[in-house]
Amino acid sequence: MITKRAGNRRERQAEVIKSTVLANVGDNVQKERVRGRIFTGFCIFATFFGIVSLASLLVYVFYDAVGWLDLQFLTSAPSRFAEKAGIYPMLIGSIFVVSLVAVFSLPLGVGAAIYLEEYAKDNVLRRLIEMNISNLAGVPSIVYGLLGLGLFVSVLDMSHGIVIVGAFTLTLRVLPIVIVSSQEAVRAVPDSQRYGSLGLGSTKWQMIRSVVLPEAIPGIMTGMILALANAMGETAPLIMIGAATSIFTAPKGLFSSFSAMPLQIFAWSDFPSEGFRHGVTPAAIVVLIIVLLFMNGIAIYIRQKFSNKKR
Amino acid sequence: MRENAMGGVFFICAVVSIITTIGIVMVLLAEAVDFFRQVSIFQFITGTRWSPTIKPTEFGVLPLVSGTLTFTFTTALIALPTGLLAAIYLSEYANRRIRSIIKPLLEVLAGIPTVVYGYFALVYITPVLRNVFPSIRTFNVLSASIVVAIMIIPTIASISEDSMRAVPRSLREAGFGLGVGKLKVTITIVVPAALSGIVSSFILGISRAIGETMAVTIAGGNLSRIVNPLNPASALLEPVQTMTAAMVEIGMSDITGDSVAYRSLFAVGLTLFFMTLLLNVVSQYIKTRYREKYQ
Repeated sequence: MITKRAGNRRERQAEVIKSTVLANVGDNVQKERVRGRIFTGFCIFATFFGIVSLASLLVYVFYDAVGWLDLQFLTSAPSRFAEKAGIYPMLIGSIFVVSLVAVFSLPLGVGAAIYLEEYAKDNVLRRLIEMNISNLAGVPSIVYGLLGLGLFVSVLDMSHGIVIVGAFTLTLRVLPIVIVSSQEAVRAVPDSQRYGSLGLGSTKWQMIRSVVLPEAIPGIMTGMILALANAMGETAPLIMIGAATSIFTAPKGLFSSFSAMPLQIFAWSDFPSEGFRHGVTPAAIVVLIIVLLFMNGIAIYIRQKFSNKKR
Repeated sequence: MRENAMGGVFFICAVVSIITTIGIVMVLLAEAVDFFRQVSIFQFITGTRWSPTIKPTEFGVLPLVSGTLTFTFTTALIALPTGLLAAIYLSEYANRRIRSIIKPLLEVLAGIPTVVYGYFALVYITPVLRNVFPSIRTFNVLSASIVVAIMIIPTIASISEDSMRAVPRSLREAGFGLGVGKLKVTITIVVPAALSGIVSSFILGISRAIGETMAVTIAGGNLSRIVNPLNPASALLEPVQTMTAAMVEIGMSDITGDSVAYRSLFAVGLTLFFMTLLLNVVSQYIKTRYREKYQ
């Protein structure tokens, strides 16, 4: 009797303990789950914050540009009347300068990448150059403008704001990006192909020319185009070398004055009148963004095409 | 013969980058030294008024530094947590398909020219902010900070994500095996293990904000003043002038190559160069020195 009662009591106690403990565990799991959901919500919000903001800003700017962005806008010079204003001289200026940047930075960037990946031994010099390149990539673009102003304009006595000075300055600005992306492209070429070529008796330069470069070209081009898109959007360095923010004729040669689309956008963004603020400036921005999208599109196309081919 | 020549040519290409660095330092130092002959360093560092072109000219850099710090701090306050949370989502929660869509979209944010962001801040963001803060001025720090934060989120997110993905799965599974939930595993295991990469991405983001020029020039106004950090409303809702914006202002004015104002460009540029260089070096050091190594 007595033992049975005691047993019952113990069972009942165990029951009570079990239920309370389990309830607590259940509560905690529930709380943890809710907290997890809230946290995930924050993470998703953070991820989409920038994307959604930019997307809506782009919608606004495209909407404002409607009716302003037409053939007349693309073929006219700037004007103080919003209806007559156009971006032609700056569009040509941007394309001219960026093409020169391509001509200068491609051999320099790829050459440096080949030196670092194929020729340099793993020594202090190589590490110094690589560290230097990654630091150069972090130097603010306006400082490159000062370099251009101090070096090309003051020391070498070139004129303010001419095409060649702009191209030199932007070349130095994008060179670190070109070198790093070309290095990655060259590094991705498998060593077996190098050995194959060397084993057939080719010299190092023949091997680089006939095996490494053809294989690395898609990667090099992709990085190159992205760097050029970067140069296309640069404003501050061009202001520092004295490029005009607005100009009425397109540059005719390497030594004529020029302006570029971002400079004109900067100048127009200061115009308070409605026609400029919600018409001409958005139209210029849309032209710039379309050019950039076009360049990015080419880069993506090259990457897709060649990565499919490999498989 | 030809072989050695090609090696030499490539070497010269690589040396151009070294020459660039030397060029930057030489140009900045040479003009800055000339500047400090005319304006004492003491006056430059402790002066509380910046007026390079309007007489009486004064070259106190403190207002510009205070403007840069206000702008950078506000930008960091928005961009660092957002970038980190985005990195956590991409590394821990998103599946491969979502990641392959979102990562290129995030990269687009960094590809928009800063002058465009400046226009966005001035023309679209400030009017929206006026609904929340009626006293906001046309030119203000907050709108510039918001757009620049959007611009540097991809930098922070992608570096942090890389370092979080480098944390081995076994560490997470050890946590799950002990009955710890996903949230706790992320915060107490993954984030601490990836801390070196996260911190270095933060420093890199801050360095980008310090050097940012066009957005803050267009949307931040060009009023050099010493910001009172104890009065956040005045600090954020009113115009300031950062070091970079002040440089653009001088660059746009008709100064000649032989004036104090022209040389002051290089003194401010030198200050800016060393601030960003220091941050970049620290960022790289933390990334390599404190990296947790897993086999």
